[in-house]
Amino acid sequence: MTTIKLTINNTPATLSVSPIKRLLDVLRDDLHLTGTKEGCGEGECGACAILMNGELVNSCLIPALQADNATLTTIEGLANATHLHPIQQCFLEQGGAQCGICTPGMILATHHLLAQYPNPTDAQIREGLAGNLCRCTGYMRIFESVRQAAAKSLLPNH
Amino acid sequence: MHSDPTQFALIAPATLSEALALLSNGRHTPIAGGTELMVALAAGRLQQKSLVSINHLPELRFIQTTPTAITLGANTTFTDIRRNPTIAAELPLLTLAASWTGSIANQNRATLGGNICNASPAADTPPALLVYDAAVTLISANPETRELVERTFPYAEFHLAYKRTLLHPGELLHSVTIPLPTPAHHHFIRKVGTRNAQAISKTALAAIATVGDHHTLTEVRLAAASLADRPVRLYTTEAALLNASLAAADITTTVLRARAALASESCPIDDIRSTAAYRTAVAANLLEQFLRTLPA
Amino acid sequence: MSETKSILGSSPLRKEGRPKVLGAAQYIDDLTLPGMWHGATVRSTIARGTIRSITFAPHINWSEYAIVRASDIPGENAIVHLPKDHPCLAAREINHVAEPILLLAHPEKSALLAAKAAIHIDYDELPGIFNIEASEAAVAAFINDPNDTDNIIWPGSSEGGTPNCFKNYQMYTGEAAPTESALVEAFEAADFIVEGEYTTGAQEQLYIEPNGVIAECDLDPVTGHVRGVTVRGSMQCPYYLVHALTLVFNLPEEKCRVIQVETGGAFGGKEDFPSVIGSHAALLAMKSGHPVKIIYDRGEDMAATTKRHPSRTRLRTAVSRDGKLLGGTIDVAIDGGAYATLSPVVLSRATIHAPGPYKWPHLRVRSKAMATNIPPHGAFRGFGAPQSLFALERHMDKIAYTIGFTPEEFRRRNFLSTGDHTATGQPLVEPVDMHHLLTRALADSGYHAKRAAFAESNQHSRIKRGVGFAAFMHGTGFTGSGERRLNSLVHLDILADGRPQVLVSSTEFGQGTNTILCQVAAEALHLPYDDILIHEVDTAAVPNSGPTVASRTAMIVGKLVERAANEVLATLRTQAALPTPHTREQFIAAAQRHHAQQGFLRASVRYEPPAKIFWDDDLYRGDAYPGYAWAVYVAEVAVDLNTYQVQVTRFDALQEVGRVLHPILAKGQIEGGIAQGIGYALYEKCVYKDGHLMNNQMTNYIMPTSADLPDIHVTFEEVPSLHGPGGAKGIGELPMDGPAPAILNAIENATGIGFNSIPLLPEDVYERLTSLTARPHGGAEDLNPVVDQATRTESPEVNA
Repeated sequence: MTTIKLTINNTPATLSVSPIKRLLDVLRDDLHLTGTKEGCGEGECGACAILMNGELVNSCLIPALQADNATLTTIEGLANATHLHPIQQCFLEQGGAQCGICTPGMILATHHLLAQYPNPTDAQIREGLAGNLCRCTGYMRIFESVRQAAAKSLLPNH
Repeated sequence: MHSDPTQFALIAPATLSEALALLSNGRHTPIAGGTELMVALAAGRLQQKSLVSINHLPELRFIQTTPTAITLGANTTFTDIRRNPTIAAELPLLTLAASWTGSIANQNRATLGGNICNASPAADTPPALLVYDAAVTLISANPETRELVERTFPYAEFHLAYKRTLLHPGELLHSVTIPLPTPAHHHFIRKVGTRNAQAISKTALAAIATVGDHHTLTEVRLAAASLADRPVRLYTTEAALLNASLAAADITTTVLRARAALASESCPIDDIRSTAAYRTAVAANLLEQFLRTLPA
Repeated sequence: MSETKSILGSSPLRKEGRPKVLGAAQYIDDLTLPGMWHGATVRSTIARGTIRSITFAPHINWSEYAIVRASDIPGENAIVHLPKDHPCLAAREINHVAEPILLLAHPEKSALLAAKAAIHIDYDELPGIFNIEASEAAVAAFINDPNDTDNIIWPGSSEGGTPNCFKNYQMYTGEAAPTESALVEAFEAADFIVEGEYTTGAQEQLYIEPNGVIAECDLDPVTGHVRGVTVRGSMQCPYYLVHALTLVFNLPEEKCRVIQVETGGAFGGKEDFPSVIGSHAALLAMKSGHPVKIIYDRGEDMAATTKRHPSRTRLRTAVSRDGKLLGGTIDVAIDGGAYATLSPVVLSRATIHAPGPYKWPHLRVRSKAMATNIPPHGAFRGFGAPQSLFALERHMDKIAYTIGFTPEEFRRRNFLSTGDHTATGQPLVEPVDMHHLLTRALADSGYHAKRAAFAESNQHSRIKRGVGFAAFMHGTGFTGSGERRLNSLVHLDILADGRPQVLVSSTEFGQGTNTILCQVAAEALHLPYDDILIHEVDTAAVPNSGPTVASRTAMIVGKLVERAANEVLATLRTQAALPTPHTREQFIAAAQRHHAQQGFLRASVRYEPPAKIFWDDDLYRGDAYPGYAWAVYVAEVAVDLNTYQVQVTRFDALQEVGRVLHPILAKGQIEGGIAQGIGYALYEKCVYKDGHLMNNQMTNYIMPTSADLPDIHVTFEEVPSLHGPGGAKGIGELPMDGPAPAILNAIENATGIGFNSIPLLPEDVYERLTSLTARPHGGAEDLNPVVDQATRTESPEVNA
């Protein structure tokens, strides 16, 4: 066991875990943040995607020790007490979520994409989300959700 | 999850020299971005029980540019490569190869060193590094004296056989140094994978070449993924093409000669992703595509 | 009544959408019960044989574990289906790889790894049967010599089926004998006889959430007997699992409680399989005395659970010079895997959809589901129809090219129209206009202009472009007498605060069940959508409104909800002075008044078959489905001759699905189905070796990513149906049927080569092109010679 410190959704946490325990399991088992999902366990589907120090990562491929001193954002950290994050709102309105199991990872991938490209082209959207597999939507409603979220974020006074 | 994490040791030494000292007994395995070893862990096939994390070591994460070369530390991520404008301008094949490796999430973690040392014949960056005549620098600490030992080799000599490399136990890849091509070089790379993203190569071809005054190929370097048990330079094909003519009257002969040479040195396998025959045929098509796009 | 815009046809927010985008929705693996253990399954590593011995290595303290074997099952060792051939746990005989043999549970999940590795099973192995042809060969050998049973892997059953064949059907356009005679005449009179064989592969549902359940068992503390079981899980059909549990535990239905939790995709893959994993977890709960959770990881889910049935369809068609179908025979064979499970029902839908949206003066469809030593194939969106419609719509193009018609004109000469009879003899009472659908779909997609432009540009390019289309239909609801037998029931309750609550066993797994049923109730009750509640699917509370399959929820269950709402209104009008029309406030006041005076108000409504619908199971004739959705899909492709890769570059999907209840959800359903259809056609291959699925990982089973799919343009024609709420018909499965044939038709347009097998991978394109350049060939039909009666060049008869 080893002690790691991290900041999770703006809250500091200190944990005693096996150093090679998957960050995904640390989030789900130790921190009880079950919004991060496991779809494949091999970094292929993106259901476990989170933001680590602002970068999109697959939490199933990160040993806990490598998250020591990291700042993490999971799906639970996006909304505030009263409002959905604009990306969440757009996924809700545009049909970007069907069964919902890929949705947390997809929303965080969108967050990462829009941080890099506030007004992404269709090609940038397709590439930015290609690591997040969705079996329900055929992606079209997700693209529309991302476009709407980008449009919202570009509005002045946002 | 087919492994019990409590059965594995993982430590993160504070400095590179501490890491090398730890590794010097040859009993630990380095882990960088984890995009390969953590998959093995989850699948229950990670044999190494004692690992040393090197991912956080700043000594290994740098991109250094000189007037004649670019050196990338082993911890350089694919995202670092993609975001570097000098690499995009001077070594476009490396930028492209990095852009089609895994997904964005994996590019944010996976390292150039990991891609090379994992030594998959299908890896994305080796063909680009091979045609760019990259050199690799390996470092280790002498187990007794702790003295730093450094070796530098042409990358073309690095891969010995399937998943076997020049690396000794206890040795780390430190960096990759790539001499800058001239403005006269033509660059080509194409990957053919199982799909457009998140794909493993069925085959890939990288090429750079210069064309002389008489429509002849004055320099040509070719490399491929998944055509052999390791990433390979295609020396026989290069030899067949050197000084070959690209003139309209000769191009068909040149292409045929190149295709035959490639077929003679291609030895891919049938596996779950593709067939040997397909791999060889497509690599030859890519080669032809490259030759036909060169200025005649 | 407030004159607001209709709720049906608008797109209110998905009922359970907010927790989903927040990451707060609780899926089965997100739940933990007090004292819960974890379960695992020990599976066979061979495809066929018998268990010789099972040894437990001594280095494990086995007393810490709950261990279940076949002999521990208190009821019958069978998963509920008509022939009880499918064991819950293999006792002795093994019929497929990954067949469950033992179950283990332990408080620590990681302790299961070492235990599984410490169990050694010895087998007497037998050679396996791995495809339709091998299974047929075994039958032929057996018919030839009744003592030759070496390769008879399934014996037949008193519930139907013959050695190695779970089920077969014969379907005629009329009485059998006269139709056979008419077929002989049709083939004699034909100007052209066109034959073809078409095959499709297995396909994994690949829901992103693998199968999982948590079971609890109520044990009598004195006797230790099971008094009841409760299973929560990811599933489509809770009452299927109730029935499975009654058999395995020998308990009455009311003692078997099933609760569906948020379900992360299903597509048919969680229709009948939860009966297996649910029974397993409940057995471990019985043995351990603790709640037990079983969650499959991706590799186990892919290796051990159901896939779409592989198929082989042969068509032989008699056609006149003026482009009329004179008659035909269609022979469909599907690979059912090791046990009968749902194969007879899948085969039924394949059989009835095989004739497509065309008039067949005389037709015989014969079909059969063969046994193999592959894990049982099961439900997957489309349920047999994608297989036979792929064959038909490829064959229609083949006929067109053979007789010198365009694919469009040939189809136009044979389309069914309003008033015509389908091949089962069903009169098409509701309006059908395939001509209009085709005209509009081709116009919307720019089909004719593209065909001309590509013919030109292809001459100078290594990238060959093409367009193709498929015309098809999908029957809504259970086949034939199925809905009558299901006898579905729904409740609509009015709660004390005046809010209505829908109670159904219809499950939400992404398609929008919760949302559309609440829309239907809101529309009928003239209330805002947000006022309508829908009850958690817990069989202790909700009635059996049938399984959530077969595109039946919107049309069949939706109609029941609509009728229940009308009943509530009638009651409130007569008993609580609800005015007509009413406002929301008046409704709530009346509901509260009723509650105070007469107590709890519940409307219960049961399915009533439309009077005119009749189906004869023996003759396989009659009204096969209460309604059909009709569609024309157009695919545009680019085939790169450098890499042999096919890219779908645009997809247009036009369908007539009755009234569209929720445009955003409906588009999402169609787009998602098309994405799966594109995967089915070009990417997704199950690679088997000796009965083992070799690519049971997302890395090697290739589903399309966001970078692989084209822009998908979805449009609807709305022709309200009598049978569904507000005129709706089913849409869930329809989009799975059209993409594969449309894409392969487009590839033939691009390359001049007709490919007749899916999945069509670049390696297949390469092999075919190489074989063509190696030998002289005649273009599209070089490998499939046709018979031209005029020139009398008969091709060898295709073996049926």
